Amino acid sequence: MKGLFIVSGLGILAMLAEIFKFKKLVYPLVLIGLIAAYAVNFTEWNFDWSQGNPYPLFANMIRFDNPALAFSGVILAVAFFWFIFANDYFKNETNITDHFALVLFTLTGALMLTAYQNMVTLFLGIEIMSIPLYVLAASRKNDMSSNEAGFKYLIMGSFATGFLLFGIALVYGATGTFDISLISAKIAAAHGALPIFCYAGILLMLVAMCFKVSAAPFHFWAPDVYQGSPTVITAFMSTIVKTAAFAAFMRLFLFGFGPAHDKWATGLSVIIALSLVISNITAAAQTSVKRMLAYSSISHAAFMLMAILANNGDMSVPPILYYTFAYSIGSITAFAILYAISKSEGHDGFDAFNGLGKRNPLIAACMVIAMLSLAGIPITAGFFAKYYIFTTLMATTYKWLLILAVLTSAVGVYYYFKVIIAMYFKSSAKSEAVAFDSTTTALVVITSLLTLAIGFVPNFIIDMLR
Amino acid sequence: MNNILLQSSIQVIPINWYILLSAALFTIGALGVMFRRNAIIIFMCIELMLNAVNLLLVAFSSFHSDAAGQVFVFFIMAVAAAEVAVGLAILTMIYRNVKSIDIDLLGNLKN
Repeated sequence: MKGLFIVSGLGILAMLAEIFKFKKLVYPLVLIGLIAAYAVNFTEWNFDWSQGNPYPLFANMIRFDNPALAFSGVILAVAFFWFIFANDYFKNETNITDHFALVLFTLTGALMLTAYQNMVTLFLGIEIMSIPLYVLAASRKNDMSSNEAGFKYLIMGSFATGFLLFGIALVYGATGTFDISLISAKIAAAHGALPIFCYAGILLMLVAMCFKVSAAPFHFWAPDVYQGSPTVITAFMSTIVKTAAFAAFMRLFLFGFGPAHDKWATGLSVIIALSLVISNITAAAQTSVKRMLAYSSISHAAFMLMAILANNGDMSVPPILYYTFAYSIGSITAFAILYAISKSEGHDGFDAFNGLGKRNPLIAACMVIAMLSLAGIPITAGFFAKYYIFTTLMATTYKWLLILAVLTSAVGVYYYFKVIIAMYFKSSAKSEAVAFDSTTTALVVITSLLTLAIGFVPNFIIDMLR
Repeated sequence: MNNILLQSSIQVIPINWYILLSAALFTIGALGVMFRRNAIIIFMCIELMLNAVNLLLVAFSSFHSDAAGQVFVFFIMAVAAAEVAVGLAILTMIYRNVKSIDIDLLGNLKN
């Protein structure tokens, strides 16, 4: 909760910086603020909720319990790395204070989504997170593809919000409350005897959340939006926003609609199967690395949805937590390298990476680690992420999904290795090194080492929530 | 007193009719978003979807005698206004670039 206060306070501070002319100070202040928020976040760890709510003003609408704090921690840590990655973006943009404020308000919404306890805060969290993002996606005023990305994101986002709200209204009609734990209790007590529109509402909310996490067949906006937005914003959307959307999805369906599992599980398993097949096959056919990463994020979404499908209550949380962290760190590395490469080569195709192994050996090695992690090759974090998801799903009746997941992961290995092959086995006309500034180099080295480190000690994160 | 009168007059009609009406409005809105090509009309259709939800929430709120549903409606109205403000700003920007608000012109990102 205190982390949420600090982040929203930073957003307001960033707007004041424009008026009181301390623009130069905003960037260091934000970094310090994020570290403070991260530290303060964990002071609330293991709070005994039976003692009463320490924030009674919020009428129990928001509740930073351990899963919420853990996801907030992931979001804040990744946000810190993201801000370091984005230093170049913030240096070159005009109106940087507005950009800072928009990003920080998005973060506020994201933190709210990890901890909501009421449909009102779910709705507000999603909107606080999305509305600044529409602006950020369209922030290149004269670039038509950025405008288009913002517009598509806005239309699809509000369309999904409409579904979410209709679902909320129907569930409210059947249960008479917006509180997710009360809803859960009512659903469990009714033993499937609630009016049929309650289950229709749950399915509508499933559709809306699948829109938000971009799972097939509701993914069609994602590649266009990811490609059209500025690369830095794309990295933000595919890491932090995705983590928050999954935290929200998980809270709603595990803790809220868990007792009605039999009503939504079939639909969700079909969505997962479609996401796995469509995303991996289309990703393999892409020529742009940015678009390939967009499709691969859909396939990662499918993996995280598997843990929700398993519906193991609290046991489903650690695999999702681990997966979001491993995936976000790997993506930040990949996007940071892609950003620098596409800036120097002028395009983001696979051939932009040609010969990088000779030109920038260190950066190429980091990219290899990121790609191996995203592909799920052992000793990187990505492998254990998939491993924990698979063990969670093993205990259920959805073993056919595991077979599909393994098969489509093999396709995944193909397109991730296309980058590695371009770096090491194809030669480029240019032989001089691509210019990487020291901050980006340090960032990608640290995030790659982190990818390896949490791959070596996966239990560290998994045991946090047990 | 007025309040009770209003509540009972809402409850004269059975709840199923409210659900059907909102579902119909919502469907019209959703179909509009999917099939209309004019960006302004698309925004209007999204508003229609949200207002269908508002109607349903108010009806349920009255049937449950619980104010929470009506409070939610205020949040939806405020957020919908914010969303449309951002949407129209983006639309103005697009209009400056292509001098049109027909969304068929927005096909550049497809490979």
